[in-house]
Order: sequence, then structure tokens, then C-alpha cells
Amino acid sequence: MGRSRCVDGNEAAASVAYALSEVIALYPITPASPMGEHCDDWANAGRTNLWGAVPDVVEMQSEAGAAGALHGALQKGALATTFTASQGLLLMIPNMFKIAGELTPAVVHVAARTIATHALSIFGDHSDVMHARATGWAMLAAGSVQEAQDFALVAHAATLRSRIPFLHFFDGFRTSHEIDKIDTLTDDDIAVLVRDEDVLAFRARGMTPEAPVVRGTAQNPDVFFQAREACNPYHDAVPGIVEEVFDELAARTGRHYGLVEYHGAVDADRVIVLMGSAAGALEETVDDLNAAGEHVGMVRVRLFQPFPTAALLAALPPTVRSIAVLDRTKEPGAVGEPLYLSVLAALAEAMDTDAPPFARLPRVIGGRYGLSSKEVTPSMLKPVFDALAEERPRKHFTIGIVDDVTHLSLPIDATFTHRRPEHEVQAVFFGLGSDGTVGATKSSVKIIGEHTDLFAQGYFVYDSKKSGSVTVSHLRFGPDPIRSTYLIDDADFVACHQIGLLERLPVLASARKGATFLLSAPLPTDEVWDRLPPAVQREIVEKDIELWVIDAERVAREAGMGNRINTVMQPCFFQLAGVLPPEEAIAHIKAAVEATYARRGRATIERNFAAIDLALANLHRIEVPSSLPAADGVVPAAADDEPDFVVRVTRRLLAFDGDRLPVSALPVDGTFPTGTTKYEKRGIASEIPIWDPDVCIDCGKCAIVCPHAAIRMKVFDADIAAAAPNWFLTKAFRSKDLADHHLVIQVAPDDCTGCGVCVDVCPAKSKTDMSHKAIDMAPVADHVELERRRWDHYLTIPELDRDLLPHDSVKGSQVLEPLFEFSGACAGCGETPYLKLVSQLFGDRMVVANATGCSSIYGANLPTTPWTTNAEGRGPAWSNSLFEDNAEFGLGLRLGVDAQHEHARVLLGRLASVVGDQLVTALLDNQQDTEAQIREQRTLVATLKDRLRDVDHPDAARLASVASNLVRQGVWLVGGDGWAYDIGFGGLDHVLSSGRNVNVLVLDTEVYSNTGGQASKATQRGAVAKFAAGGKATGKKDLGAIARAYGNVYVAQISMGANELQTTKALLEADAWPGPSLVIAYSTCIAHGIDMRLSMSHQKDAVRSGYWPLYRYRPSEIDGGQPFSLDSKAPTIPVREFAASEARYAILERTDPARAHELAALLQADVDERWAYYEQLVQIRRTVPHLDDEVGEP
Amino acid sequence: MTDLTTTYLGLRLRTPIVASASPLNGEPATARLVEEAGASAIVLPSLFEEEIVHEDIHLNRSLEAGVGHAEAQDYFPGIDAFPTVADRYLSKLAAIVAQSSVPVIASLNATSTGAWARYAARIEDAGAAALELNLYHVAADPTQDAAARETADLEIVHAVRAAVAIPLAVKLSPYYSAMACFASRVVDAGADGLVLFNRFYQPDIDLDLLEVVNHVELSTPNELRLPLRWIAILRPQLGPSVSLAATSGVHAGTDVVKALMAGADVAMLTSAVLRNGPRHLGRVEDELCAWLREREYDSVAQLRGSATQTTSGYASKFERANYVQTLHSWSPPVHWPSG
Repeated sequence: MGRSRCVDGNEAAASVAYALSEVIALYPITPASPMGEHCDDWANAGRTNLWGAVPDVVEMQSEAGAAGALHGALQKGALATTFTASQGLLLMIPNMFKIAGELTPAVVHVAARTIATHALSIFGDHSDVMHARATGWAMLAAGSVQEAQDFALVAHAATLRSRIPFLHFFDGFRTSHEIDKIDTLTDDDIAVLVRDEDVLAFRARGMTPEAPVVRGTAQNPDVFFQAREACNPYHDAVPGIVEEVFDELAARTGRHYGLVEYHGAVDADRVIVLMGSAAGALEETVDDLNAAGEHVGMVRVRLFQPFPTAALLAALPPTVRSIAVLDRTKEPGAVGEPLYLSVLAALAEAMDTDAPPFARLPRVIGGRYGLSSKEVTPSMLKPVFDALAEERPRKHFTIGIVDDVTHLSLPIDATFTHRRPEHEVQAVFFGLGSDGTVGATKSSVKIIGEHTDLFAQGYFVYDSKKSGSVTVSHLRFGPDPIRSTYLIDDADFVACHQIGLLERLPVLASARKGATFLLSAPLPTDEVWDRLPPAVQREIVEKDIELWVIDAERVAREAGMGNRINTVMQPCFFQLAGVLPPEEAIAHIKAAVEATYARRGRATIERNFAAIDLALANLHRIEVPSSLPAADGVVPAAADDEPDFVVRVTRRLLAFDGDRLPVSALPVDGTFPTGTTKYEKRGIASEIPIWDPDVCIDCGKCAIVCPHAAIRMKVFDADIAAAAPNWFLTKAFRSKDLADHHLVIQVAPDDCTGCGVCVDVCPAKSKTDMSHKAIDMAPVADHVELERRRWDHYLTIPELDRDLLPHDSVKGSQVLEPLFEFSGACAGCGETPYLKLVSQLFGDRMVVANATGCSSIYGANLPTTPWTTNAEGRGPAWSNSLFEDNAEFGLGLRLGVDAQHEHARVLLGRLASVVGDQLVTALLDNQQDTEAQIREQRTLVATLKDRLRDVDHPDAARLASVASNLVRQGVWLVGGDGWAYDIGFGGLDHVLSSGRNVNVLVLDTEVYSNTGGQASKATQRGAVAKFAAGGKATGKKDLGAIARAYGNVYVAQISMGANELQTTKALLEADAWPGPSLVIAYSTCIAHGIDMRLSMSHQKDAVRSGYWPLYRYRPSEIDGGQPFSLDSKAPTIPVREFAASEARYAILERTDPARAHELAALLQADVDERWAYYEQLVQIRRTVPHLDDEVGEP
Repeated sequence: MTDLTTTYLGLRLRTPIVASASPLNGEPATARLVEEAGASAIVLPSLFEEEIVHEDIHLNRSLEAGVGHAEAQDYFPGIDAFPTVADRYLSKLAAIVAQSSVPVIASLNATSTGAWARYAARIEDAGAAALELNLYHVAADPTQDAAARETADLEIVHAVRAAVAIPLAVKLSPYYSAMACFASRVVDAGADGLVLFNRFYQPDIDLDLLEVVNHVELSTPNELRLPLRWIAILRPQLGPSVSLAATSGVHAGTDVVKALMAGADVAMLTSAVLRNGPRHLGRVEDELCAWLREREYDSVAQLRGSATQTTSGYASKFERANYVQTLHSWSPPVHWPSG
């Protein structure tokens, strides 16, 4: 029997998979990534599998690649596994058919996640695994963390015995990321179930030249069908084998599982069937209803395929009259969802036998629930039993939502909640992603779960922002096993780690009457009560809540912990929650700190200890007055000019109230308005940049580098400056191109993240105080009111005529209105400044295809989008298809634009006589090389549309529908290095080869940023990343060189922090080049382990060291043209000087100095060799093959 | 053959020429060159507590940097352990001790009493022949008077003395207001010797960047004057049992001679070695030998302390009168710079 541990579902499953694998080929995807990362960490630590070897953990370029490698390893007779989810599983399906067709034992562990349809969702449901039904893999569903571990073993054991591959799945996030106290399996447990003879038999079937066979033949109509049927006995045997393994597991561990399991009244008349984590909530519902005198039951299905019909029939009580089958997926157009169809077919078939199990076929209805991790609670499940009692229940329904369109939803019964188990403690913690709240609450779960007899559960909710993100931790502790698989709404203890959240979120909504509320507030204790929002005061009084306060930020600062207040808040929780004696808890907290940092430095330990010791002395109880203050809501009031959609939908999402939006409120096809981040006003900065016009030198650097378009530059007529209120600062604008104008640099105080990048790059220093720059960071509280007024006034100032300043300068580009603003990207993000610049240069005529990744998340993760419009309503049109197909998707957009353009030209020709030859000629002849010409074309198109309104010809409407395509449009393909270098490379290569006019912008962070820092082929040698813990052994792929090989592709490598001008020029040239363009932009990232305030300085050093050379390859059709220009100077500092300042390199110096030195030398050699190569390229002469009448260059 | 041997901190040294803390001494490969060039003892660069804390905090924060996003709770692979600055220092110390046939002296610069004692003990465990405490403070706190500063420093010396059994030297700055008294208290607190003096890195201003910058300036020979004075004053006061090391401005064999005359047991070189390479140590030794031979000295023992404040007969020269005389001896240049 293993010991009790607190782990999440991913770790639980991965630990078994690791023990039973020789090869692990994988690719990161949320929420399955941590399984692979655990395996990689274990391999790096030298942990061995069951047979004493360290598995080979290999990161592939895509899930398709991982499946291929898996297939190959299996064919060689090596035990192999992989982990995936969602689109990743879809990419594996072709190989899964092969693996099953060849009767090859294998296990894929899936943290089941939503398939992208009208929108991507990283959250959990069964839509991915249900699409693997036809592959021939057995499907085993775990519903809890304990089961995720146990079923991982059952899957590995059963696949070896049955030769049928197993897809083992559990619910993404709810199980994959929930921490639970489980009984762990020992190697002996595992060894008992995984029989040597099965392993040897599998190995014996592996390919070897000693006993050659061919497998993977092509077959003809004569035998394919028969051969396909030959495998039937193996599939038929699976349920029996799984049952056998379950029994052996029970004998070994005492944990009993069945293929399907019944729970409830022996004489139940109504039964719900489902699989996955919702079984926990359903079990509670069934018990509560039966305790109230009802007769209901439930069946949880564990083996979904091959469907265990006999076990289902045996499990159902003979009294059952009606059955509801709940599916966590949606298959539009199907008679019903898969589990429903399976149950219905199984029952129908059983009734058509000589010994039917029931007197008459029970009524079976089917419902959908829990898509994209939608909550499943007893309040939602109880109405299903109510419906089953109806004479004529709906055949198909949904739960958990309000469907006011097709009226399929069952109402939520808010009066029915699960009876709280005796002595269970429930606690909810609101914090920020950056303050360590989740880390502390995870630690608390482990302390309680692993040091007491109590059961413990932790579940963590994150919002979609990467800066200022909110986290909510839900913790349960109790003497009995915890079955509740939903969020806490009856908390004994609520902690709010940031007082500002009280304004934004219904923090106390989940507090029960008499609960304890712990608040961190940077205020004197006696001021706290008066500073609470009135609605919060009222809730505290009404719910008789005990209020405790600590200034955790101050305590953390004093202890040298920066903004990590977690260590301060954790002892306070134990002091107040009463789960453990505080002294004992503090000893455990310190032991946990010691365990984490014992071999990573005393200073961190000592600072944590200091924070812990200071915490309780600074914890104060606040007397709560008995009188009730006036009512107030937490939902921010909408401004008068907000669009209807923002008021109806966006505001509700921002107030964390999206769950209550009805179906009718949502777009039917995933289409949303742009320009909604400006309504958020998140106010997450503690410091903002403040401008001093007397010091400013008008350079515009602060504006161009701002990742959030939160510091901007406007140039305007002197008259406007004269009319501005005196508190609105301006200065005379110095420019050789523009006289008599004024300038303002203005911060948007509520949209700024406080990253400080603008101040880092500001070159202007006061003549009387060198430490004072033209912009300095200052406490937001001291400036926010005035800066808000200034920002509002700033918005009233008209944009400068776009023709007045040349765009290929910093100033010239920064007076252009950004059409990408206030994204949720990380503070100091290195990617977003490029997107913002592109939006300034081309935003009113660009279409964006965005690969899945960071840029698609900060670009369009609800509730808002930063892509916005100008005063004319024009702006980037944006779409995300997938991760792997972005190049092809973008090419498709180009093809669409071109097709519509061509169609418009044809129609213009046909209608020339009607709309006017002169107009048609003007439209067709306008080259649109300049913005003035493009504006002229828009005017011509407007005239055309005007005239078409009066034309009574079928072609007139057709032309009107495509006329806007006569205006030049740029198609931008945006994505990260994971897309361009790895998963999407094949498509990108094809698109670049097409010769079509697309502009590819690769935001190269040299690592998979969105999924948490996994190595890509863009990762440079020696850098430490996930799946490259020992430093990446190979050099970075030269993507630009591959693209340049075509000769007709414009290629540039840019780095804004090193050279804003070259960056701007490259983007302008890429847009102008009529063929394919590839711009590779060096993007600093939190995954580099740097101080993001210095983001641009790191970019500069990357270029100074030659680590990131700047160049432009401008294809030329002029004979003897020299297309390659090396835009950065020869390296002036060694790479090690750059690398030493980034943790991704510096850490290897510590963990493996010998390897670090070797790789550092090789990295320097990479850089030197590349530089020498590029220097030679400057001399090369190439001409794009062309016909004589088509000469051009960008 | 002149006897060059000397005793410093109870350690018998082949010559009085010691390689003091420099980057060359911190790496086994270059430390070997320094030894081969003739250093009679090697002082490692200081282990700075600030550096330990900075790296520890910075790296742990970087490795744990996260934005609290559902897709990425962290950005680095699990790293259970990394050797801290102190770990790496100690392992290099052990390696240099293992390869060296001359005494290896470690150096420590801490900011908190606990850290001084903890790291001192670890240095002893790593095999250092002696420990040099580097009391490097800029007394910029207007609320702390000289007595308080000195008391705090003496507490450090006490704490480290209690933590280690190996010989202990204390490296001082020249800015104590009552140097002679303080030096004797440092000895009373347990120091076996004094190293005179610390050179503070002085900030500079970059006129292009308009920034205050810190960079190392190597010493010049005339900086030897300051240690010479104080060694000459302290040698008779502290007696022969307390070791004295001259450092700052020792560039040539003749500088070593002067240091010994003033009463030093050893002369320490850094800047000249960095500027000219390790082999410079051999040249200094040759110069020392030549000087001694030329003047028919049998040993450096004869030389040592021959010009202290008391033995020199010029007591006042090492005190204020020296200043007056020096001032009066200055004569203006023949031509003032024009403009």
C-alpha cells in the first residue's frame, strides 16, 4: 500500500505512465502539458521506470509527430505512451487507427478538453475523446484524481493483456488540475498488475531484422474486409480483461472498481448515467434525494468502449423506469450524444432477446452538461431526476445554462444544495497570479492532506489575463472523502489577498453566514472598515462575518519577499481557519519552505521564514459595526456611450457573471465586436509613468515600446494646445517635417500594467537631476485622478493627418493611432509592441490570421479583445483557426481577398458603361502604393457603391458585395515560434513557396510561451527550457535562411529594443512586397527569466552580442541586385555577457557548470559562424526570375 | 641565498609575496598559474553575502515567475537544486586547496552576523588555511555614529572568531576615525592579523549615458603610502604576534621591501598581477631578491619592521608632521597649463 499524497490528476496519471514506459513522445497542450513536464523532470532527475531504466522523453513538433513517434516505438516493441488533449488528440487520430488496427498495446492519457468550434476553449469536456471513438481504442474514463492514477495502471496492464490500445481520459482541469489526497501505488503494486509475460509477448512482436515481417501493407478489395474483421475477438475480450485487472487492483489495494458502477437506491425508479468527474456531484445528489425519501440512483460508466453492455444491464436496478444519460459533449445533428446512443442501443438490443432485463424498455432521455468546464452541481442535477419523473420529459435537454432560444435547458434548482458534510471546512482564496496565492493554497492542501488524517481537495480557477490575472482557490478539508466536484459556494473561510478585488468581484458571495474573512489591505487597521466598498460592508454585516485584516504587502516587503504575499497569508489562514493548531501548521509551512529551497539557497528560506514569523503579529481583527451601510453593487456602471453588446454581454463577463448569461445573449457563430479592452479599465498598475514635458526630447520611444498601448503620443495643431485646459500638459513639437505643432505623451492610467519598459528606454534625462527622466514611474495613487482626466482629454484630440509625418521613423509611426490596445498580455511583453506597430501602420486595411498561442489568447480570449477600430470604424479583422494551420488559413484569406478582388474587376468591366468608364478606369488603374492612393481608392469605391444603388442589374448587388476588395488589403499571418518553427512549419513553408502576397509575422520568444516555456526549434543552444532542462543541445533553426532560399520571399529579422527604425522599415517593406514576406521578431518573454522592465534592454543586448542579428532580405528583380542587408553592427560583447543576465542561460551555469561551459562555447560558435555567414551574404547577388515587364523591388 | 621566508597568520610562507584577492585566484586553472608564478599564499576573492542573497532571490524568483494563467503555472522545468554562489565558491575553494602546495586563504564579506559565522564555518570545512574577513562598509548612515559602527564590526569579528579555529585576518578600510585604537580592538576581538587596506570601488559618472557607473580601477603604486603609514604605526603597537599584510599599491619588488620595512609580514598584490599577468609575481620576487642581495641582507626577517614608527626614529614622519613636511616639499611645476 502506498502512502497518502496530495497530487493533481496529471501527476497521478503521469507517475504510472512514467513507471511503465520506455519511450514517451509528446507535445505540449493544455491541460495535458503537466503530464509530459512531470515525466521530463523525473527523467532529468534520473528516476527510473519499473524496469530500472530512465524513459526517453522526447518532445515532438506536433501531436501528429508525437503519435508517429509513439507508433514507431511501439512497432519496435518498446513500451511507449503519450499525453494530450483536444486538438492534439485529433492530430493523433490517423495514427491511432493504425496502432489499433495492428493490435498494438499502447496508452494515451488524455486530460479531456473542449474541441475548438465557434471558439477555442482550454477547459474540460469530452468532445475530444468522443472523436476518437472510431479508432478502435478502448476508452477508460477516470472521474477523480485517485482514479486517474489507478486507471492509468489499469489501462497499461489491460492493453498489454488485450493487445487493444487504451485511451485513458479524465476531465481537463476538474481532475487534471485538482489536487486531492490519494493513496499512491507502489512499484510493487504496479509490478503485480503488469505481467512479465505480456510485456515479453509485446516485445516479441516488435520489428527486428532477426525475424523480419512486414506490417502496414496495402490491401485490396479481396481481403481488406475480412482482415478488418479478424481483430474482433480481441476487442470482444476487452471488458473481461479490464474487469480482471480491476479485480486484481482491488485485491492489491482494496479499491474496487467496476466497468460500470451503480450507486443509489436498490429500488430506484429513476437513474442517471454519466462518466467522468461529475459523478462526484451526482453521487451527493442521489444520496441527498434518497435521504429525503426518493428512490433514485446513478450509473457511472468507467469503460466506455468497447461498451460494456452486460455490465450496464447488470448494474441497473430492475425497478428503473426512466433513465437520463448525460453527455459532456455536443454532436450537432446527431440523434443524440455518444453515451446516450450507446446506452439506448444497449438497452434496445437487450430488450430484443429471449430474456429481456426489463418488463418494458425504460424511457431513456439524453442531456448535455458541463461543456468547457461549465459547473455541474447538485442544483443542476436534481432537476434531471425531476424531469425523469415527468410524464413526458424532453427527450433531449441541457443543464447548467439558460437556453432561451431552443428552450432545451432544465431550470437550475437553487433551493437544492448538497448537505454539507459534518466537520468539513471550506475555504476560498482570491488572489492575483503574481502574488503566489495559488502556490500557497496548494501548499496548504498538501500540509493538511499529508500531515493529518483529514482529506483535502484544492481546485484553482484562473482568468484569461496574463497580467494582473485573478486566481480563485477552492479548498475543502474534512474527515470523510471529498466527493464535491464543483466550486465552493458555502465557505467557512474567505481570503482576499488584494483589497482591489473587492471592487471588481463578488468576493463574499460564496461566504456562509458566520464565515471568517481575511483581507490583505495596505492600510492602517483603523481605516480598513471605512475603505471597504459599501456592498462589501453590507455583506459582512448581513452575513455576520468575522473580519480580519493584515497589510500583507508591507509584511512581505519587510521580509524581503517583494510582492509575494503568499507566505504572509498562509499562516493567517491556519490561525483563523482552525483546521490545524497554528503552531503545528507554522512548523509544517516552514518545513515545506525548507523542502522546496533546501538546495536552492538559504536567503529565500530565511526571507520566507521572516515573512511567516511576522505574519501573525500583524494580523488584526476588525470590529464590525452593527448598522447597515447603503446598498451598492460591485458591477461597474456602464458609461452612456458604451455599445449595446458591451452593456449586455461584456460588462457581465467582466463582473464574473457570464455563467448567468442566457443562450440568446451570445453570438451564434463566435463573431464578436472588436475594440472592447478599452471598457475594462483594470487599474492593475501600482506605479505608472508620469511625463515631464520639460525633459522630453520628442523621440517617441516610450510609445513604440509600450506593450499595452497605454502610453501614447499625439501631435496636434498649436491651436489645439492653446485651447487645452491648463492641467493638460503639452510641449512644442520638434520636427524638421512639421512646424507649429505641439506634442503630448499621455498614459492611460487604468490600462497601464506598470511594467516600466517605457521608462527603461527613455533616453531623456533632466539636466539638473540625472535620475529624473522625461518619464518616471510614480505611485498610481498619487496620480491616477489627474491622469484619468488627462487621458480623457487626450482622447478628444483628433488624430494627426497620417500624411504629415513619414511613417518610417519612430515619431512618424507613433503619431499613428494604435488599433491594438490594452491587451491582457504580460506586463513587459515583448510580442505586443510589434503587433501594435503593425496595427498603427496598416491596421485600417489588414486581415489577421492568428495562430493559437499567446497572441491568440491576449488577442481574443473573452471577455475582451484589444484589436480595435479607428474613428471611421476601420480596423484589423482578426481570426484564429488552429495552431497548426495558421499559414494555410492565412493563405486562404489571401485567396479569398484575391478572388473577390478579381470578381470585382470582372464585374467592373461588365458594368463600366453603367457606373461610368472614368470611375472604372480610376479604380482599376490606382496602384495604391501610398496611403493617399489607398484613401483615394476608398473614395472611388464609395462613389461606386453610391452609383450601384441606382443600378437595376443583378451584377450591381454582386459588385457592391465585393467592391471593398478593390481597396488594397494586407493579409498578416501572426503566430509564435511554436507555430512557425514547429507545428505549422510545413504549412508555412508551403505558403511561402506560393508566391502569394501574405505577410508572416513570427513573434519569436524562442520557446512555447503560452503553454509554459517548452523548448521549440527556435530555442537557442544552451538555453534551459522545459524538455531542455539540461540546456538545449542543438542550435536554433535558421527559419529566415529557409525562407530566403526561395529567392522571392522578403525576409527580415527584427528587434524593436535594438533598432526601432529597422523594425519599422522591415514591416513597411514586408507590406509593400507583393509576394510572400516573413518577418521574424525577437520577443522577450517572461519565460526567459528576466526582469521584464528591462525587456527592451535585453533585446538590445541580444543584438549587440550577435545572438540576434538584424537583417533584411529584399528580393530584387533588378539584375545583379544585392538583396541581403545586414542591419546590425558586428558583435561588440560576447554572448555570455548577454546570456548571464537571463535565467534561462544562467541557471545551467549552476545546475551543470561543465555542460554550461560547453554549450556556451558552442553558442558563441553558433553566433560567430552565423555572423560570418551573414557577412558573406551581404555580397551575394540574386535576381528574382521575372518577365521583362514585371520588374520591381520593395 | 637570502632567506625569504616569513610567517603570516601562523603560516610559514616561502616568501612575503602573497597574491591577494583577484578573479585570477578564484578559478582553479588561473590560481594554479598564480601559484606557479611564485605566490607564497593565495587569497581568494571575497564571498559576498549580497551576491549570495541576490542570486538566490533573483534566480528563485525567475524560476518561479508565473502569471497565474490556467495554461502556464510556471515557465521553467522543475529544478530541485542549484548550487548557490556560496556552494560554488566553496567547491572552488576546495579544488584550489587540493591542487595547491601553498596556503589558500579564503575571504568573506557578509552583511549579517549570522551569515558571517555560517559562511566562515563552511569556509573552514572546505579546507582554507586561514580566513580573511573583509569589513567593507561605506559609513553612509547619518544615524550611526563611529562608535556604533565600530561596535558592530567588532561583533562580527567576535562571531567569526567563535565560529572558526583557523587563523583569522581582518581586512580594514582606512576610514575608521580612530584607526590605532580600533585596530587593537579588532585584535582583542580575536583577529590574528590585519590586512591594510581595503580599496573601495568608487563610482564614476558616464557622460554619454548620463549614468552613475561602477567599474574597477586598478591601483597605482603611490597608493602604497597609506598602508605603509599605518603598518609602521601599528606594528610596534600590536607587537610581533599580530600579523600585518600590506595591500593596495604593491606593484614592484621595491614596494614589497617598503612594506616589510614598515612592519608588514607580507605584501599582497592584485592590480599589478591583473595588469601584467601572473608571471609578474616572479619578477617582483626577483626584484626583492636583487634588492636584498645588493644590500647584503640575509633574510627578510632583518628587513621586517626596520622602519616602523618607533624603530625608524622618525616617529613624527608617520604622523601629522609628515603632512606638514610633505606639503612644504611640494614645488609648483615649471609651466602651469595654459588656459
